[in-house]
Amino acid sequence: MMNVKEIRKLFPIFNQVKPLHYLDSAASSLKPQVVLDAMDSYYEKLGVNVHRGTYQLTYEATDLYEKARSTVADFINAATDEVVFTRGATEALNMVAYSYRNILKPGDEIITSELEHHSQLIPWQVTAKKTGAKLVFIPLDKAGKITVENFSEVLSDKTKVVAINHVSNALGYETPVKEITRLAHEKQAIVSLDAAQSIAHQKIDVKELNVDFLAFSGHKMFGPSGIGVLYGKKELLNDLEPMQYGGEMADDVFHEYATVKPSPIRFEAGTPIIAGAIGLGSAIEFILALGYDKIHTHLTKLHQMLIAELKEIKEITLYNETASHPTVTFNIKDIHPHDIASYLDQKGVSVRAGHHCAQLVSRFLNVPSTLRVSLHIYNTEEDLFVLIDALKEAHQFFSSF
Amino acid sequence: MNIEHLYRQVIMDHYKRPKNKGLVNDASYLLIHYNNPSCGDEISVQLKLDDGIIKDIKHQGTGCSICCSSASVMSITLMNQTTDHALKIINEYYEMIKGYPFNPEILTGDAIVYQGVAQFPARIKCATLAWKAIEQGIKK
Repeated sequence: MMNVKEIRKLFPIFNQVKPLHYLDSAASSLKPQVVLDAMDSYYEKLGVNVHRGTYQLTYEATDLYEKARSTVADFINAATDEVVFTRGATEALNMVAYSYRNILKPGDEIITSELEHHSQLIPWQVTAKKTGAKLVFIPLDKAGKITVENFSEVLSDKTKVVAINHVSNALGYETPVKEITRLAHEKQAIVSLDAAQSIAHQKIDVKELNVDFLAFSGHKMFGPSGIGVLYGKKELLNDLEPMQYGGEMADDVFHEYATVKPSPIRFEAGTPIIAGAIGLGSAIEFILALGYDKIHTHLTKLHQMLIAELKEIKEITLYNETASHPTVTFNIKDIHPHDIASYLDQKGVSVRAGHHCAQLVSRFLNVPSTLRVSLHIYNTEEDLFVLIDALKEAHQFFSSF
Repeated sequence: MNIEHLYRQVIMDHYKRPKNKGLVNDASYLLIHYNNPSCGDEISVQLKLDDGIIKDIKHQGTGCSICCSSASVMSITLMNQTTDHALKIINEYYEMIKGYPFNPEILTGDAIVYQGVAQFPARIKCATLAWKAIEQGIKK
């Protein structure tokens, strides 16, 4: 069994902020000391640029940066030249959609869903508008899930791109990606997967999923903000037009034009996010040391407990009781989520209120906004007891007026 | 931070029993729509001006208690004011919400109870949404 007390000691914020019942890990996870140390160490002992230098410090910095890339590659079962460091999942997803402005033609179809985070939806809206391609939405089932059956309804010979999430940030459902990808490939469509929510919870093997592109962020998996990853199949990456040009990625430069290097440097113009990449590498080692199995066991227990407790409160409407991931979305009758969230904040309980950068989900649920509780390894039963008590008190408080 | 500084009885009264709520079908009113993209709150404000004087204000929207009540309070605070003076009141309201000193001779009445919002930075947008809407209407 996982000793949560010991795990919490690895996160310095619990010594700084008291009380802290942090229930917003789907937005960003907390950061362990080892990740901070790895980044500090780079700044304290090296602090120089990578790839370009001709002295010892820069060799060492380059080694650390490229070692982080290998760590990511091993982690998702990719080759190192298939791993591009980006500013985050948002930038990675934008890079794919941006490049397809040159590839898609009028009449082509892009399949997406109402579950998408704005970072997956909006870039493709723009690409569709600029190319004359059409956005097609997978009809969600009653609970709001993407099913293979419903995906098949919209898949056609016109489908060129499938841009979907691995796990919904608002509802915590897992998409049947493997089967959807198999079907998409039968139509020669590519699959761009938003794995920002899944990566901190389950093993991802890009060969097994067989998706063409995959994006995730460091800060949702115990790493720093400002670093993310675009994975792409080698044969596709070198066909993508870079979104940015500049130093290091340029290969041979003439007056009128320049050639560019192959992936991954092709997509890393300018000085890269060196400390961020090193921090991400450290975060991956942290996850591997914990083990996904232990994370899953711990979170499943808390998740079930939370659902059971919330169901006891009759004024609460739960929107995703059958979520596979520990994200719980709900409302309290006649009280706006923001009012509840401010009340909870007074008790040291951090939750999300709003539409979670996935406004189409709110439209699907037909509510202006919701409360979202999301869990991770540092959460305890006590966090949930405090939450439940605070929700009950909040209901009493707002009903008293 | 004390939750009771935010949720005052006056605020909750305006939330439960808002003044000037409901839009009118009248082309002589200016209509301004404002939303807060991060939380989904949205508000429509109607404004009837006559010779530089605010003759009527209507509002309708969805949002939290702070957002909806502040629309009601805004409407009673600015009703029958000249547009010039209304802009001064609005400015004092923004100062107060940010926790800065404000002129209590210009900003008076129920609007003062929103002073507590300054302790809750996450709620400043809620408390100013309707005020931003009418400010835009006046400046049109």
